Amino acid sequence: MSKTIEIRWHGRGGQGAITAAKIVANTAFQSGYDGIIMAPSFGTERRGAPISTSLKISGSEINDLMPIERPDIVVVLDHVLLEEDNVTAGLKPGGLLVLNTPKKIDDYHLPEFKLAVVDITAISSEAGLKKGVVNSGIIGALAKASRLFDMDLLLENIEKEFQGRKPGENALSAKLAFERTEIEEDK
Amino acid sequence: MKIIESGNVAAANGVKLARAQVIAAYPITPQTPLTEKLSEMVESGDMKAEYIAVESEHSALSVCIGSASAGARAFTATSANGLLYMSEQVHWAAGARLPLVMCVVNRGTGAPWTIWNDHQDSMSQRDAGWIQIYVNNHQQIIDTVIKAYKLAETVSIPVMVCFDGYYLSHTYMPFDIPEQKLIDEFLPSYHFKHTLTPESPENLNTVTMPHGRNDAEGAWRDGYMDIRHSHYQEMRQALRTFQEVDSDYSRLVGRGGDPLMATYKCDDAEYIVVVMGSLSNRMKDIADELRDSGTKVGVLSLHVYRPFPDEAIREVLESARGVIVFEKSISYGAQGQVFNDIRAALYSGKKRPFIHNYIIGLGGRLIKNDDLIIAIKNSKSKGEELDNEPQWIGLNR
Repeated sequence: MSKTIEIRWHGRGGQGAITAAKIVANTAFQSGYDGIIMAPSFGTERRGAPISTSLKISGSEINDLMPIERPDIVVVLDHVLLEEDNVTAGLKPGGLLVLNTPKKIDDYHLPEFKLAVVDITAISSEAGLKKGVVNSGIIGALAKASRLFDMDLLLENIEKEFQGRKPGENALSAKLAFERTEIEEDK
Repeated sequence: MKIIESGNVAAANGVKLARAQVIAAYPITPQTPLTEKLSEMVESGDMKAEYIAVESEHSALSVCIGSASAGARAFTATSANGLLYMSEQVHWAAGARLPLVMCVVNRGTGAPWTIWNDHQDSMSQRDAGWIQIYVNNHQQIIDTVIKAYKLAETVSIPVMVCFDGYYLSHTYMPFDIPEQKLIDEFLPSYHFKHTLTPESPENLNTVTMPHGRNDAEGAWRDGYMDIRHSHYQEMRQALRTFQEVDSDYSRLVGRGGDPLMATYKCDDAEYIVVVMGSLSNRMKDIADELRDSGTKVGVLSLHVYRPFPDEAIREVLESARGVIVFEKSISYGAQGQVFNDIRAALYSGKKRPFIHNYIIGLGGRLIKNDDLIIAIKNSKSKGEELDNEPQWIGLNR
């Protein structure tokens, strides 16, 4: 069995974390990962309430459908969730934490993890998206910080997913996020 | 074409490929996205079918019964209390021998209210006279929905395709959507031999005498019990029919081969775990882990639960030292339903392994790998000492 990469996404109901995870899942699958499981938090989803989604990626079939308990990467679509919810629960020491935040790396003190920050909320307005559309942008930040995915393929899949809903602007938001993501030194 | 989508979307694609002509359903969590997807497909013209919005599950199945009686290929889906609400019609559809297909997206039953997974809902309809098939992943969902129509139309018995709420319904994984032209070849349009039309009206399933009688034309009509006996016999024969349906499907589509049950490393297993649904996948990892530490474990994942493939089950389990049944339902005042059925199947065998029953995951209670491993080790060490009383795993007290 090959190693499974476990990425847990945190957002609010309505922010599109599941859509973002789905785009990354498709990209990974097209890149040759045969084992893909994407499991949203089970239960009722309410607009604005914290939600999470588990994305597992592996070279071979994955049998465990349960939510991720020990993520390699945590992606957070709204930095306020850091205070509201235990988003880093189980994150492996040295694990990557990708944050949409207006703050800088130095504003945080999370010595156990490797932090990547970018202000997607600002970037998406700049890209021509409605305020609060952050799920396309965060994909660019994840790609930059994790180096796991091919950016061109991601952009292609973003345009496909957002067909009829500003595909160019969503791709631009991801592209700008990719360029502007700040990553903490390797730990 | 391979896509990554949810189990509900896999089911909807199966219904579309089967060219169902009438869909009547009432939304209920976790089935809702399945019916939403179908209504989208009908609305966009992707699928040529009548989508009939109804006010309840009882009406949903009633509409399917009416449609199927008029010769249409019909579909519905539900979960939990929705299934319970249509229960009267569930029995009726089976007694009327209508070739319907229904997805049951498994969820615990209320009260108390739960939206999470277990198998109590479909288990409560076990004896309604429907064929029940439990599947483990999205590929099996889409393939089984298609095969279910072929089976239902061949044996004139409705089929429930049961899959785990959330674990499968809302989880995304890759699966292949077979080509429409292959499915058209596998499942051509069918003619229901008792089709009702305005030109030839008939009374069907009216009051039936206990002992049979001649009808108005002087033809002999079976009594109630004879009709029940035919249903029973043809249900048993459906085991073989489903194997034939599966081999036709795998010849055309290139997938299949384990229609009644899937076994994993059972040949040399000392202990065989029996399980239904998505947990079967994880059990394979657990079997591997236990094998690494020297305990030979196999997994029997039961797909067809009614009709019950007792002979085939006995053949696999007989050689084991112990059989360990994990199940997500309970017959109150007795044991787990699957456990009791398996135990009965083993009774007439040449060898009788010990058999233990563990109840797990009711109402979505988290099923931990460690708990499963402890249970299997517990069975191994206790063996014959442990009685038939089901062991409840993961309780707070």
